[in-house]
Amino acid sequence: MLKLSRYVLYDILRSKVVLAYTLFLFIVSFSLFQLEENDSKAILSLLTIVLIVVPLISMIFTTIHYYNSYEFIELMLSQPLSRTRILLSEYAGVALSLLSAFFIGIGIPVLFFAFDGTGLALLFTGGALTLVFISIAFLASVKARDKARGIGAALLLWFYFALIYDGLVLLILFAFSDYPMEKFTLLLSALNPIDLGRIFIMLKMDISALMGYTGALYKDFFGSGTGVFFTLGIMLLWITLPLLWAIRVFKRKDL
Amino acid sequence: MRLVITILLLLAITTAGARIIVTGKGQPVKTLKEAVALAKDGDTILLKNGIYKEGNILITRSVILLGESNTILDGDNKTELITISGRNITIKKIQFQNAGYSALNDFASIKVIDASNILLEQNTISNSYFAIHISNTSYCSIRNNKISGNPTSEQLTGNGIHLWKSSHALIENNYVSGHRDGIYFEFVTESTIRNNRSENNIRYGLHFMFSHSDHYINNTFKKNGAGVAVMYSKKVIMTGNHFEENWGPSAYGILLKEISDGTISNNTFLKNTVGIYMEGSSRMEIQKNAFKNNGWAMKVQASCDDNNIHHNNFNGNSFDIATNGTMMLNKFFNNYWDKYEGYDINKDGIGDVPYHPVSMYAMIVEQNPTTLILMRSFMVSILDKAEKAIPSLTPENLRDDKPMMKPNAL
Repeated sequence: MLKLSRYVLYDILRSKVVLAYTLFLFIVSFSLFQLEENDSKAILSLLTIVLIVVPLISMIFTTIHYYNSYEFIELMLSQPLSRTRILLSEYAGVALSLLSAFFIGIGIPVLFFAFDGTGLALLFTGGALTLVFISIAFLASVKARDKARGIGAALLLWFYFALIYDGLVLLILFAFSDYPMEKFTLLLSALNPIDLGRIFIMLKMDISALMGYTGALYKDFFGSGTGVFFTLGIMLLWITLPLLWAIRVFKRKDL
Repeated sequence: MRLVITILLLLAITTAGARIIVTGKGQPVKTLKEAVALAKDGDTILLKNGIYKEGNILITRSVILLGESNTILDGDNKTELITISGRNITIKKIQFQNAGYSALNDFASIKVIDASNILLEQNTISNSYFAIHISNTSYCSIRNNKISGNPTSEQLTGNGIHLWKSSHALIENNYVSGHRDGIYFEFVTESTIRNNRSENNIRYGLHFMFSHSDHYINNTFKKNGAGVAVMYSKKVIMTGNHFEENWGPSAYGILLKEISDGTISNNTFLKNTVGIYMEGSSRMEIQKNAFKNNGWAMKVQASCDDNNIHHNNFNGNSFDIATNGTMMLNKFFNNYWDKYEGYDINKDGIGDVPYHPVSMYAMIVEQNPTTLILMRSFMVSILDKAEKAIPSLTPENLRDDKPMMKPNAL
């Protein structure tokens, strides 16, 4: 399996896309820290990148990579190797390359300029979101029959998690504004990894505002030990469940 | 000339007549009660080290009560300690502890009633219901005292420094913590609160009602249950104060309610849930303040009018301004907003496009606080951008026409 992952990794590195991604992240975060007069504003801009760009790139890259190495996967399937191992090696290769791109591109500037609670929360969220969206992308590409459909599904899923979901939440909160919705919104936040990551960072960044109104409830929950474990656990579920599902589909698929 | 000589002579006589009554174990006068009974106007009572449990002591003559390094008055959680009613009385360097609690009386460690020219200095007060309680008194100075309580609930603790119906008071360099309100003013006029530190109080760090023409300068109010409240007062001047980390659903750096003709300048608001909350305030001059990392820098309700908010710096606040209506009768100008995205073609340091400090999302949160969970989401920033292009929900005339490009020098 390690050997297989290594081949995948070599293949990815040869295409230079990951290198470009690393460089892009690095230049953007470095220049943000240089341009903005205070680091918290730079972190704010980085937050947008972590919540929007990182999931998008992870998804698109993974889907394209899957279809591009389709022939390689077919070749491997003719060998005495289990399908689970092949898909997991693909996952490990992609995850490793994208994670290292993220940690070099954003991690190093953050550690240099904003090494505090907010910075670390940002790095954790970015890493977790990378893994989550690679899993979801694998599921989308395994399920879809051809490349166009796969990329389309990936894009749609990204659009849903990044934008549509929040719109729906806003709609629900206004439709049921006469009812106590605090606990329910906690549940809603768990159903979207981007929201979960955003709240996790927000607790470090906007603590003063969150202490107002119902905010105190969110703070009590997410700020406590159980909240941190809750975030970790849900993120882990978001990583493993789509991947397991993808493996299940891949195993039964008529290739 | 004769009059002057007479006065000088009189002064000499009174000074010569002043005695020092040394009180304590092994001294001619054993108890404070005896000493107070013996003392005449102008005397000094020197209370030696030791613990005195003598119940309530009433002082009416002009004396100086002076403690040593370890002079302790203890109330055994039953009584009030010292009651003062007179003129020219000083209490200095005494440690008060365990004054009693009563649901009927406002027991205090030091109570001053119907007095003038009182000086309370360098005392330490711990575990009391009210610490210093002053009513109907003029010209009283409270300096360098250290006051701390063990709060359990809002009902079971009194105020740290409580003034009622007084004038010309000076409250300086005190430290107050763990009381209901750190410093409480009601019907107090022409007084000064300077260089005090009030923190971890259950309700307000400073509570101000019907108190006109007062100054508060260079104080620090930190981590109080509800921050600072200034209500129903006129001509209050607040300068150089620090309001920090007042967190909670109804905690404010300053709560202004029915305030008029005052000045709030050169203050720092750091990490409060709401920096300034204004309701029914008129003709206030709010200038040169720094608002940093607050939840809401200011909440200006539509009931405020004719306030000038200028030359302030807004940095890293989750929301700059929030309001509850579309009416806006206040002026905002020459403030620095870190969220401002305009340009300055003629390079005069003033942005060429007006800045609208109320975002669409701030209005949404005001209507439906639960939506706070969506803060900083992509959805919200799109909404804000759309609102900026075509304003519909945010008050059109709440804007800064001359936003600064660089932070103001404070």
